Amino acid sequence: MTRVGLVVNPVAGIGGPAGLKGSDGPEVQRAALARGATPRAGERAALAVRTLRAARPDVEIVAAPGPMGEDLLAGEAPSAALTTAADTRAAVHALRDVGLLLFAGGDGTARDVLDAVRELAELGCQAPPVLGIPAGVKVYSGCFALSPAAAGLLAAEDHDEYAEADVVDLDEELYRQGRVSPRLYGTLRVPAARHRLSGRKASTPPGSVEAIAREVVARMEPGTPYVLGPGATTQQVGRQLGLATTLLGVDVVENGSLVAADVTERDLYELAQDAVVVLSAIGGQGFVLGRGNQQISPRVLGRTKDLLVLATQQKLAALNGRPLLVDTGEEETDSRLSGHVRVITGYRESVIYRMECT
Amino acid sequence: MNSAESFAELPVKPKPAIRRFHQARWDEPIIFELSQPGRRGIAVPEPGAPKVELPDSVRRASKPALPELSQLHVLRHYLRLSQENLGVDLNIDVGQGTCTMKYSPKVNDTFMADIADLHPEQPVESAQGVLEIYHTLERMLAEISGMARVSLQPGSGSAAIYANIAMIRAYHEANGEGHRDQVITTMFSHPSNAACAKTAGYEIITLMPDAEGLPDIEALRAAVGPRTAALMITNPEDTGIFNPRIAEFVELVHSVGGLACYDQANANGILGITRAADAGFDLGHFNLHKTFSTPHACGGPAAGACGVSEKLIPFLPGPVVDFDGSGYVLTTPEKSIGKIRPGLGVTPNIVRAYAWIMSLGAEGLRTVAETAVLNNNYLMHKILQIPGASAPWDKRRVEQVRYSWQELSEETGVHSEEIGVRAADFGVHYWTSHHPYVVPEPFTLEPTESYSKEDLDEYAAILAHVADEARRDPAFVKGAPYNSTVHKIDMTPLDDPKQWAPTWRAYVRKHLS
Repeated sequence: MTRVGLVVNPVAGIGGPAGLKGSDGPEVQRAALARGATPRAGERAALAVRTLRAARPDVEIVAAPGPMGEDLLAGEAPSAALTTAADTRAAVHALRDVGLLLFAGGDGTARDVLDAVRELAELGCQAPPVLGIPAGVKVYSGCFALSPAAAGLLAAEDHDEYAEADVVDLDEELYRQGRVSPRLYGTLRVPAARHRLSGRKASTPPGSVEAIAREVVARMEPGTPYVLGPGATTQQVGRQLGLATTLLGVDVVENGSLVAADVTERDLYELAQDAVVVLSAIGGQGFVLGRGNQQISPRVLGRTKDLLVLATQQKLAALNGRPLLVDTGEEETDSRLSGHVRVITGYRESVIYRMECT
Repeated sequence: MNSAESFAELPVKPKPAIRRFHQARWDEPIIFELSQPGRRGIAVPEPGAPKVELPDSVRRASKPALPELSQLHVLRHYLRLSQENLGVDLNIDVGQGTCTMKYSPKVNDTFMADIADLHPEQPVESAQGVLEIYHTLERMLAEISGMARVSLQPGSGSAAIYANIAMIRAYHEANGEGHRDQVITTMFSHPSNAACAKTAGYEIITLMPDAEGLPDIEALRAAVGPRTAALMITNPEDTGIFNPRIAEFVELVHSVGGLACYDQANANGILGITRAADAGFDLGHFNLHKTFSTPHACGGPAAGACGVSEKLIPFLPGPVVDFDGSGYVLTTPEKSIGKIRPGLGVTPNIVRAYAWIMSLGAEGLRTVAETAVLNNNYLMHKILQIPGASAPWDKRRVEQVRYSWQELSEETGVHSEEIGVRAADFGVHYWTSHHPYVVPEPFTLEPTESYSKEDLDEYAAILAHVADEARRDPAFVKGAPYNSTVHKIDMTPLDDPKQWAPTWRAYVRKHLS
């Protein structure tokens, strides 16, 4: 990489040490500052930049203005300027010509970057590949490097392969109430370096997701509706059937045809009789039900006949022994689904794994 | 005057704490690329035996495209390659965890000249000596494992595992239960168990470790059923942790009519201490190249030993060697799954393993296990003193440990593979782990009985040195190797059928055409 862009969200992570469990929104940021929090994103970005410069002095680093990167490159102490999502998006627009865009922040920042990439796509512009420097309170997305130093070293390498990595975020308001609620927002293009990205997407051999989808397709029976939840794995099931199923919505397929795409809970209730629900875990917390797929409600599940859970072995390994989780909002449904489930991990391959209610 | 000052007076410097090393780095082509038409190494004399006319059905239409080289060039080619290797005879090879790298006594190689004179189809009357070795080794391995009968016919590793799954299938089919199509294994068992069973057509169910690092018995309870053909499991697993509930696992599988199959890849720490039969296993195998000292042979002719309980004897791969009262004879069990290797199997390694066991005796075998366990726990103590290294699950280990550099990696951005490559600059290496990496940033060390305390101290000091380098200058460690063969490998093509080329012909087709 010869030209690397840098966008720092200076307030990312400021709410963490202040016990605010996140930093989204100006009120939380002001509250954190009032509690005496000091910004940490700048320091973490500076560590990534130092590592990058040490490894590749020839790389040109182009930064967003002022506290969003420029000050840091000039060696100034990080400040806690209150920036907004719009500032992050504008910075990504301005740096769209770099070979790789480094951004320092958390899942909220990753969402802003994703929004900017989508805006660029709408304008017909190709956005650069990106890489997150982990600096936020919540870092559940797959587009972050394992550490600031790892981000710097990755940016120093030349890449010719890229992969799509999940952008997930939690609802901070629920998170403050003690509920972890990750939701998949989309994917960002990142350097395809194995073992070096955060958790979930690391080290997944190519073809694993396709093999899982093939197993699901092989199990499909005529006359049975299949409810495909959100996510890249379930979307691959649709692809293998030649159907334009959605990445983020819930779709219904039957007899090889797309019956309904991106359905609401009410629509789904009508279509779910004797259906098989096909789900993959969302985000690093291992949620299978109740996060990002609330359309599949307890009353919908009550009508279905089976549930297939999909995950690569790598994704299960990244849970570090934690169980898969269900939280449909109805205790009876949750406890019915709890216990050891067979998770499809490949073609004619599965792992027995614990699923628990929250 | 201290020693450093005294050296300062001299035109030499004191030796560094870590041994210096520099490996050869030849830009050596593949032997096929060295070939020149018409060049030859040796003129084979006309054989005295009558010429055998081959039937057209087995005769090649064209000559094989073998490389054509002089003797000198063949010798030089392989010597260069050997200089670019590390191995148990050259370095402290404790880093090849799960592989049980131990000394293969050279005295046992002296028998090989005689073995080379044997013909695979030689009449048994003139091969009684080697058949006695087979017969005795079969019974010694039966004694060591507690199994009723052993066949030495398979190759080792995956060939023996494939023999196991073939026997499992034959047994169920003979009992009218061919519908059993599921094989259960664990995440930390050798993955060849899953791979061989899948190749044989079975559906694979894998059990993840529980919070204690042991396979989850509740998961096994959820997995077993009328479709269960077998449990194929390693114990201790590749973590070095012995599963104390292994008999319960076996019983649970038996309760639904399945067979319990023991991959004894990690038997080096339990020789003479516990046996497969004691836990109720129905069948299993030893890798003679691991526990019983024969060369590993790099995917080549290693030898395996499949042992079975009484009810599976009819299905053993054959031939096996029996004594009929006056001599040794070859017999093929009644419902045998057939041959795995041609001829009698890998005879040179059968002889080496026999000689190794005979030189030690029963007490010696137990001492092997105890020494291997002691060495492992000593090395673990040394490794865990290195800041940034850890061994998850805080459990006693048997003969190996799967460690983690997670803390060091998070701090420095340097990954376990990169630390391993830098260690090669000091003449050692390590293997990380099978995939997926359940233990983050893994490395697996298995010091067998062959290594001295000084060896283990030196190995631990090298890892401590590299870990320190990673903290001080991560980019330098990531730039390694500097003194070793070029072996920074992009593993991505290994997953890409368009790029991998296991033969020269495939390489020419995929990369040169």
